[in-house]
Amino acid sequence: MTADHTHDHAHSHEHGSELSDLQLRVRALETILTEKGYVDPAALDQIVEACETKIGPHNGARIVARAWADPDFKARLLKDASEAANSLGYVSPVGAHLIALENTPLTHHMVVCTLCSCYPWEVLGLPPVWYKSAPYRSRAVIDPKGVLAEFGVTLPADTEIRVWDSTAETRFLVLPMRPPGTDGWSEERLAELVTRDSMVGTGIAKAPAEVAA
Amino acid sequence: MSNTVHDMGGMHGFGPIEVEPNEPPFHEDWEGRVLAMQRAMGFTGIWTIDGGRASLETLPPVTYLAATYYQRWFLGLERRVVSHGLVGADELAAGQALRPGIGLNRKLTVADLPRAMNRGHFERPAQTLARFKEGDLVRARNINPETHTRLPRYARGKLGTIEAIRGCHVYPDTAAIGAGDDPQWLYTVVFTGRELWGEEADPKVKVSIEAFEPYLDPA
Repeated sequence: MTADHTHDHAHSHEHGSELSDLQLRVRALETILTEKGYVDPAALDQIVEACETKIGPHNGARIVARAWADPDFKARLLKDASEAANSLGYVSPVGAHLIALENTPLTHHMVVCTLCSCYPWEVLGLPPVWYKSAPYRSRAVIDPKGVLAEFGVTLPADTEIRVWDSTAETRFLVLPMRPPGTDGWSEERLAELVTRDSMVGTGIAKAPAEVAA
Repeated sequence: MSNTVHDMGGMHGFGPIEVEPNEPPFHEDWEGRVLAMQRAMGFTGIWTIDGGRASLETLPPVTYLAATYYQRWFLGLERRVVSHGLVGADELAAGQALRPGIGLNRKLTVADLPRAMNRGHFERPAQTLARFKEGDLVRARNINPETHTRLPRYARGKLGTIEAIRGCHVYPDTAAIGAGDDPQWLYTVVFTGRELWGEEADPKVKVSIEAFEPYLDPA
């Protein structure tokens, strides 16, 4: 049996009511890989746990809040985001080539991966389904304004929209604009205003009125 | 492959973006197992990240589009363990190992975590001087390889500007086919919306790609 043959068999069984068949096949593959000594199920458990509990946009939000509160940190972040993020210590180590993109009244940055699903996991967690799906991947580069409108974001007419297609191993973190009315706020309070979408560029940070006082 | 359905930038007809409020990391338990197996097998070094991408891109287009994200990952992983000789198709059919495994360079253990959750390093020492500098005009080459590439179709043949030099990195086009790292300079190249999509395009839009030096000609 060739790999393609296996695949064709797979395809005929993977729709609708046959989903349980896929679950069984995933379990079977894990059994085989374990029996053959390629994977350790305990290590797999920990990877799943890390994805569910440790990584997530709360890490990126702390970086953004620090940048809003501390001009020196912001300068460092824009110069070398990997170095700046790692300097905080509390974020899981960020690989090389994280690049921070500062949104301003003149330029709004938005990130996509048209070819697959490249995303800055260390600071934002696993990408949401929409980020990995055809509607976003196809339209973000040709109609970013329309995409932003679907997310409820309308920008001033003279704001330039800059789309970053993640076609290599560089990763992008958008630094959203700090909302007005937040002078003197602690980093902890500021972080509550930072949404996942605002760090992908499909959203803006929350206004103070949107979070509980 | 290069001109396959994964290269979606600029396509129409996929409908509205569906956002799920408070989306969980995984919708089904098996999705987490697939991600974890993918990570653990990647850790063994038997294939590269681009080899993994290529195995998804070469799924039949109908399968690629109909499958959910983790279904796609699973189908790619199944193909890869067979094509690399790690698992026999007979074993997949039997749902159990029928022979001992082959020796791999390393195996992910609990002790390797959380370090193994970090992204790999793809920058390599430069072999040559960078051909381009910031501000240079470049034209993305009109290449159509049948093997993996990271130059999206919508940028091919288009005129752009070098905005930044990102260092020298593993070249996906060779790494994906087992032809080595062949490190290449990587650039951020920015295009106007009108260059990419024509005169009707929004003049306030710019799009950048991360382009390896072999994707670019001086303009």
